[in-house]
Amino acid sequence: MSTEAVLLVAAALFGIGVYGVLSQQSFVMLMMGLELLINGALLALVVLWARAAGGNPQGQMLGIVFMTVMAVEMTLGFALITGVYRVRRADITEKLRRLKG
Amino acid sequence: MIEGTLVDAAFWLFAIGSVVAGFRVFRTDSMVRAAFYLLASFAGVGGILVLLGAEFLGMVLILMMAGEMLVMAIVMVMFMMNPAGLNPMTMVHQNRTAAAAGLAAFVVLAAVGLLGPFPDHPVPEPAAATEELGIELLGDSMLVFQTAGVALLSTMIGAIVIAGRKGRYGIADDGSEEPPLQPDEEPVR
Repeated sequence: MSTEAVLLVAAALFGIGVYGVLSQQSFVMLMMGLELLINGALLALVVLWARAAGGNPQGQMLGIVFMTVMAVEMTLGFALITGVYRVRRADITEKLRRLKG
Repeated sequence: MIEGTLVDAAFWLFAIGSVVAGFRVFRTDSMVRAAFYLLASFAGVGGILVLLGAEFLGMVLILMMAGEMLVMAIVMVMFMMNPAGLNPMTMVHQNRTAAAAGLAAFVVLAAVGLLGPFPDHPVPEPAAATEELGIELLGDSMLVFQTAGVALLSTMIGAIVIAGRKGRYGIADDGSEEPPLQPDEEPVR
């Protein structure tokens, strides 16, 4: 389990996430792409924490901040989906022509 | 020696499983299945975190994502068309550009990971990472920890406000239209 191999996996997850965020029409699928992006970033962070930073506890602290960001993003994403669906009956990005209202 | 081989085998199992599941998220017709593929991907990453010595982060990641993906599956069933994937469908736009961008991101990040000079400073054995994290959480980084907690609380309140039935200009189900500027004008659309 070399550092490079783990970073490669993190890069693959991030690349898949970029594809998902840019290509998906459904809001929830788009959020799945965002989750994969943060997932890859978290993996890269932890491998560098374990292999290059000597296990400094502040590195893990940053990991917890990453997870908080994940939770915040999901919560607000679901709230926005609910709000948009109530007003526009929209479940894909193509149905939203304007953001006002 | 045996232990190293076992760790390597477990790592590659988690790594390949995680990447394949992550890819399958965007290749399955069923959205509920997509949520569970994403959960599998997160479980793989959580396993790798445990192998790397960050046991607490890895387990918390798996626990958090298990709950989150169930919520995601419920949201799919509530709002999205065709959540069970009974009809084959792809709902993508600018597919080629997105695939190229994803590939480019992978190549660049992989190049950084493979070629970049990283200091070789591993966790000293035996690592007590969880204990250190606990002391850090309630010691030097307590302000960060508290800020994260307050941020989560305000997110919950904000999410309730956004998703609530009452829209900005009235009941959201009725359209929540902006009122006209003058009393006798048509509403602004």
